[in-house]
Amino acid sequence: MASRVSALAKPRGVWWEGLGRDERLWVWLVVIWGIAMFVMIAFVWPLVGQEQNRLSSYRVDPAAFVAEAEAFIARYQVGQLDGIPVVAPPPGGDVYLDARAFAWQPVIQLQRGQTYRFLISSRDVQHGFSLVMPPHSINVQVLPGYVTVLTLTPEKAGEFPLICNEYCGLGHHLMIGRIVVTE
Amino acid sequence: MTAATAMRRCEITGLSVDRSAERLIMLNAVTAVVYLAIGGILALLIALTRWQTVHLLSPQRFYEFVSTHGMVMLIFWILFFEVAGLIFASTVLLSARMVIPWLSWVAYGMMFVGSVVATVLMLSGKATVMFTAYPPLRAETHWYYAAVLVFAVGAILAVVHFFANIVAARLRGDVGSLPLFTFALMGAAIIALWSLVSGALALFPVWLWALGVLPEVDPGIYRLLFWGLGHGAQQVNLAAMVGVWYGLASLTTGARPLNEGLSRIAIVLYVLFINMGAMHHLLVDPGLGTWVKNVNASYFMYAAVMGSLIHAFSIPASMELALRERGFRRGLFEWLRRAPWGEPGFAALVVSMVLFGLLGGISGVIIGGPQVNMISHNTLLIPAHFHMTVVAGTTTAFMGISYYLVPLIFQRQLLFRRLAQWQPYVFGLGMLILGLGLGLAGHWGVPRRHWDITFSTAPALGMNLQELRPEIAAFLAMVGIGGVIAVVGGAMFVLVAVATVFVGQRTPRPAVGRIIPEAFSPYPAIAGGAGEPATTTHRGFEVPGTLVISVAFLILFIFLYGFSWFELSRVPWKIG
Repeated sequence: MASRVSALAKPRGVWWEGLGRDERLWVWLVVIWGIAMFVMIAFVWPLVGQEQNRLSSYRVDPAAFVAEAEAFIARYQVGQLDGIPVVAPPPGGDVYLDARAFAWQPVIQLQRGQTYRFLISSRDVQHGFSLVMPPHSINVQVLPGYVTVLTLTPEKAGEFPLICNEYCGLGHHLMIGRIVVTE
Repeated sequence: MTAATAMRRCEITGLSVDRSAERLIMLNAVTAVVYLAIGGILALLIALTRWQTVHLLSPQRFYEFVSTHGMVMLIFWILFFEVAGLIFASTVLLSARMVIPWLSWVAYGMMFVGSVVATVLMLSGKATVMFTAYPPLRAETHWYYAAVLVFAVGAILAVVHFFANIVAARLRGDVGSLPLFTFALMGAAIIALWSLVSGALALFPVWLWALGVLPEVDPGIYRLLFWGLGHGAQQVNLAAMVGVWYGLASLTTGARPLNEGLSRIAIVLYVLFINMGAMHHLLVDPGLGTWVKNVNASYFMYAAVMGSLIHAFSIPASMELALRERGFRRGLFEWLRRAPWGEPGFAALVVSMVLFGLLGGISGVIIGGPQVNMISHNTLLIPAHFHMTVVAGTTTAFMGISYYLVPLIFQRQLLFRRLAQWQPYVFGLGMLILGLGLGLAGHWGVPRRHWDITFSTAPALGMNLQELRPEIAAFLAMVGIGGVIAVVGGAMFVLVAVATVFVGQRTPRPAVGRIIPEAFSPYPAIAGGAGEPATTTHRGFEVPGTLVISVAFLILFIFLYGFSWFELSRVPWKIG
């Protein structure tokens, strides 16, 4: 058996030796656990889970995105809240969400149980889409020049604050929007 | 200049110490501790602002201080300390000379100037762009980016010098196999090189953009390159911390790694796979496909997690064996009860391993999965994770080894030993409360880097998150209280270190606790106890106590991992 030396000293001679019984047991447990975690993420959850990370995205010119979002607002606006347009898109339709320092626009009114495709982008700096429903939240990154595409199905009615969780300037803490889910 | 005048022989360890290496270790270590103190003061103010009831700072000051705190702690404190460690591991520990002293002076000079300029600009509100400096958010002055780049190039030079020292020692025939400590730092240095280059590649175009040379910078590509540094630098800390863990185990209990080869393979796993951790920050980014995220963040990443789990077993196992050899053989855990709990290095080792493993490591694996990341990205869970790894883990370990290396390198008597004995426990308690507070608040949806989650000043649509769920206020109070305790613990370390360096009694033979000269010697005497050779004392398992602890840890890991999926399934919206 090779001699063992302190971690601070230069080992002399041959120090390579086979694993003992204890180490072999532990290494096997660890390898199995690592594989189990990968299988969970790559295969099990995609089959059984209701919450999937299947974001898609495309590049966009920020000005073009703003124009599309404004057309969307003009088409489906149903009212105003605190001076921000409230929009009720058709069930199953696209929802444009326009981020800028320091506001989310528009306020979105959804129906419970319907599926919507969110198209989210920023017209200036990076922002963070964070829909807060304590004790949980749903978070995706929002970059200027990219559209983050996220499919969401609200299954609970209520008013949900939409906050920014990527630092976007000195008014970062002023940036809040809202999603309203009706029955 | 002959080697004889440039080297001194350490009376305690018997190592030959190159005097120019020693001076540079001192300089880098002192600079590191100064940055730690600055970052600690900022930490206190930030924690007392996130504690919503106290809400100390104004928004502008808060964002300035969060920016500075991140940079000073994650980069400056840690890297200056690591450069000191790299010099130590590549010269002193090998009894080898420093081959190009001027290179280390140039490296130090660049790191010093770059870090001072960056810190001043951040503190004065000229670069309130956070540690991440994501474009197109732009610092007021392009000098900020230039300063960080100068620092990065300096750090690259320091790392290159580390390799030069080792290659030279090898060529001179001074060293065959490296000590495990140096081997771990070699792993850290390889990761550091690639991280720093990645960071420089991210920041250089941003600097040109700030100068007006480039019209724009792609924010998605910047994020990919930046996190090569942002997360990569933390993997440097991980590898260095593991080296320090092995070192502390040897220093305080006389431990000798159970299986030299296995420990080294685990370090090689870090080098090969851990940079994939950079992908953790991009899991909910646009621009990347599902399989890029899956494969990098889980498949390859878990090879590095295996490395950590091997160390989590090997280090306590080597201590168990050493203590059993000293005669503490009864039952599963006599060795643990009789371990040197009053020794600051051992206390720091245990606090560091427990908090890093239980909270830092497990939380990292959980939030590093692409699905669970959707309910944790950019919430306070992220700072919870990295405060448990970099602060409770790495920083505590670095503090622990300082209690030995500071007296030995500065040749001063350690002052306030009682304070040093309590320091790791106080610091660890504060970090534990802080980490749980941050983590719970984050899980409840509280964002990171945010001044006011009550939205009291929002011009429209304001909603108070604390009113949605009142327990959030309690979690944020834990952040404040834990932060205060941790800062007290940190201040205890700074006090001991500064007092020792500047007013400790000069002596060539400082008292360094239970340090065993043979910790530095390749010829271990059979220590204490009955002196029976270790190989014949067991019939069953060699380290049963450690196996029980490790399996219990793995069970907790599996439980928390399962629980995170349960929590994801409870999100009241369907996603994807």
